[in-house]
Amino acid sequence: MAMLEIDDLRVAFPRGKTEEIEALRGVSLRLEKGERLGVVGESGAGKSMLAFSILNLIAEPGRVSEGAVRFMGENLLDMSERQIRGIRGNRISMIFQDPMVTLNPVLTIGTQMIETLQAHRRISRREAHRLSVEKLKMVAIPSAETRMDAYPHELSGGLRQRVVIAIALLTDPELIIADEPTTALDVTIQAEIMALILKLCRENDVALILITHDLGVVAEVTQKLMIMYAGKCVEAGETRAIIDAPNHPYTAGLLKALPQNAEPGQKLYQIPGSMPPITNLPRGCPYHPRCSRASDECRAAMPEIIDGVACYHPLQSVEEIA
Amino acid sequence: MHILAFLIRRAVQAVIVMFVISLIGFSIQDNLGDPLRELVGQSVSEAERQELRDQLGLNDPFLTQYIRFLGNAVQGDLGTSYFFKRPALDVIMDKFPATFELVIGAVVIFLSLSIPAGIYCAIHRNSWITRIIMTGSIIGISVPVFLTAIFMVWLFGVELGWLPAFGRGDTVTLPWGWDTGFLTLDGLKHLILPSVTLSSIMLPLFIRLIRAEMMETMGTDYVRFARAKGLRTARVRYVHAFRNTLLPVVTVGGLMIGTLIAYTILTETVFQWPGMGFLFLEAVNRTDTPLIIAYIIVVGLIFVVVNTIVDFVYTLINPMVKLPGAKS
Amino acid sequence: MITWRSLFKRFLSDPVAIGAGIVLLLLVLMAVFAPLLAPQNPYDLMQIDIMDSELPPSWKDDGDARFLLGTDAQGRGVLSTIMYGTGISLLIGIGAVVVQAILGVTLGLIAGYKGGWIDAFLMRLADIQMSLSTLMIAIIVLAIFQAAFDANVYADYAIVMLIVIIGVAEWPKFARTVRSSVLGEKNKEYVDAARVIGLPARKVMWGHILPNTLTPVLVISTIQVAEAIMTEAALSFLGLGMPVDRPSLGSLIRSGFEFVFSGQYWITLYPALVLIALVLALNLLGDWMRDVLNPKLRRGDD
Repeated sequence: MAMLEIDDLRVAFPRGKTEEIEALRGVSLRLEKGERLGVVGESGAGKSMLAFSILNLIAEPGRVSEGAVRFMGENLLDMSERQIRGIRGNRISMIFQDPMVTLNPVLTIGTQMIETLQAHRRISRREAHRLSVEKLKMVAIPSAETRMDAYPHELSGGLRQRVVIAIALLTDPELIIADEPTTALDVTIQAEIMALILKLCRENDVALILITHDLGVVAEVTQKLMIMYAGKCVEAGETRAIIDAPNHPYTAGLLKALPQNAEPGQKLYQIPGSMPPITNLPRGCPYHPRCSRASDECRAAMPEIIDGVACYHPLQSVEEIA
Repeated sequence: MHILAFLIRRAVQAVIVMFVISLIGFSIQDNLGDPLRELVGQSVSEAERQELRDQLGLNDPFLTQYIRFLGNAVQGDLGTSYFFKRPALDVIMDKFPATFELVIGAVVIFLSLSIPAGIYCAIHRNSWITRIIMTGSIIGISVPVFLTAIFMVWLFGVELGWLPAFGRGDTVTLPWGWDTGFLTLDGLKHLILPSVTLSSIMLPLFIRLIRAEMMETMGTDYVRFARAKGLRTARVRYVHAFRNTLLPVVTVGGLMIGTLIAYTILTETVFQWPGMGFLFLEAVNRTDTPLIIAYIIVVGLIFVVVNTIVDFVYTLINPMVKLPGAKS
Repeated sequence: MITWRSLFKRFLSDPVAIGAGIVLLLLVLMAVFAPLLAPQNPYDLMQIDIMDSELPPSWKDDGDARFLLGTDAQGRGVLSTIMYGTGISLLIGIGAVVVQAILGVTLGLIAGYKGGWIDAFLMRLADIQMSLSTLMIAIIVLAIFQAAFDANVYADYAIVMLIVIIGVAEWPKFARTVRSSVLGEKNKEYVDAARVIGLPARKVMWGHILPNTLTPVLVISTIQVAEAIMTEAALSFLGLGMPVDRPSLGSLIRSGFEFVFSGQYWITLYPALVLIALVLALNLLGDWMRDVLNPKLRRGDD
């Protein structure tokens, strides 16, 4: 049994009075204990939607309309609010994108850590305080003891994200979902924070779902990879294998667009066009208007995902589209 | 450091406001109030008048007179009421407890109702109770407070005869000379209709304000993060969301103090509540200039004091008192 | 940006908006055509007979067919005074909002576009003025005027004074709205472009930024008219607004107030109902407009 199994997950938002529109259109994935998965796609592809729907935290008026999220064999979506609260922040933690707005501005760091522990463990305040300081030290926050009384605005962005990571680790979770954890940070500390997350996951044998738009980061951190486009998974498999030999033209395009893959002196490659908004998808494969390999078949119907790729004309290697 | 700068700024602002108000008060006195009118009759000759004017300093330059006015005002001397033949400030302060208790009654009522109602409407956006409250609030906003007052007097005071509709009823004088209606049953009964009326106009404003702010904080990332941490719903709502809702509510609440004082004038008029507002309108009708000036200055002072308190409360509940313009 | 056509379509699909619109239209028509529609002219002393005073509505036993809604203490028909009074209330309400808008839009544009100490000064002033509240400022200013001038002079200038005072006291609302949308527009490309080609600041402000800030101005105008009418009514009720011989809805309520408890409720009740209907219709329309035109509130829709 896999630790996490997501099956045909769909998220819908109401449009107008009667219509609904799907933002996540049937995504499946499997994650083993201690495994690290990268979810990559452009903004609006449904990555964050996927992250939030795992813990059933889709913001109103959206809702998970179909599918299952099985964690240790139990479907989180069938759980009562009380049951899923026992999972959230306890066995599955989240790290949000922007640490500037993730922490509550009117509560001290200490309060925000202690309340998390006390929500899940029957421990004294003193003990919770001690554990919190321990975790703050673990994420390398200087003078951790005094930071407990600090308010978020007294900390820099990098430190705040370390606090968020410490909160995520408080209860020794089995899985951490990190939604673009470095995007909002200063470029100089992005690598530092990413390295910290990787190190902590490895040391504590925590599984990770890393949501990002940066294939480069994924290559360094994760073992498995999933590429999303317009609310669907278009390619999934071993990170190494996909990066060495992408099968979906979109994945290939993303790889080609990486600065480290550009020829020196050449202009950076850019996939032509842009991702269609979820409210206005073309018929067939949503990528076909931007794809050089598109055929009538692609314009007619969405390809199923077979052997880890949803494409009628999968590539054999990067060279083919070059 | 921030807090110190903040308090200095606040003090400067208070001084400016009081300065402007005193200037207004003085110009009224200078142009309207003729102190000779109360001192001497018609029979006094023009020469004697001029002499008196000199004696009283009424022919001094504007600035000299203003400084004298300010000096007296600081010592609590705001002139003598034409009608009551007593120091104007004393007359006003006698009426202060009545207005203060009316306002306290109203504030207790509208805060204890608007906070739960506002939170409820923000959380259950589409429930039918929310719809009723929101519809009620827009009707409430559209009914002038003096009509509510008349209706209250007519229904509960006259038709049903349940509650006394006029005056303050029995009061008890506290050792420091404060007349309170809080300590007698009759006084409390008299307080009900006026304070309900006064709160009725503030209630919808606060419900809408709290609802809007609460809805905004409920959508923030930190509230979502609090949920992702597995906290109980009550803690997410009341500790994480509501505490942040309080900040703008306190600010806007402080801005409503002027409105509240204006509404006390209307409420006191209908209920013949013997407070400062009622006294002020009588003073206007009698052209009792010193009393009008004294009222304006007392109201200005109340305004400044309340605003300072509100700002102070704001600094207490907001850990990041930021100076405007200083972006994080 | 929403088109007039789709605005109209949304209007037709909202029963509350339609209802409020109809009520408002009827009241405005009634006020505008009062001289043609009203059974009497309450300003014409020849048509008023003190013998007709305090008659109940015509369907009551002692009612008089000439006075559908009864008469007041001076023998004026309540229906006629309401028709004329609504006009005066609307005139002051709209007039005050025009003054507010002119002042507020100008100062808001300047504050937002120039920034710096002008902006800081104007916004501090706006803060202080708003917390003093319009009603309080108006009460004090009018009380001073009343003490300064005799009743006849006061009566002659009452309309102008009310329009100016309510107009001046409420400028901060418009100024803030305009300022914040100016700040939003200021850094957009078209403004930069206009500046780069050397248009003077005044032209950039009025010709390029202003048109893009008009939607929020339109939204608050409706609610501001409602507020101005409420303020005027409160002032008149206190005896600081329109005199009894040229009454607005507020002064009609004031003149009937002392008769309410002796049974002549109609002198107060009908003007009160019209006042509430007028303000409520304006508030509902204003709320509706804000919901439709303010894209910030239409989340999940796009």
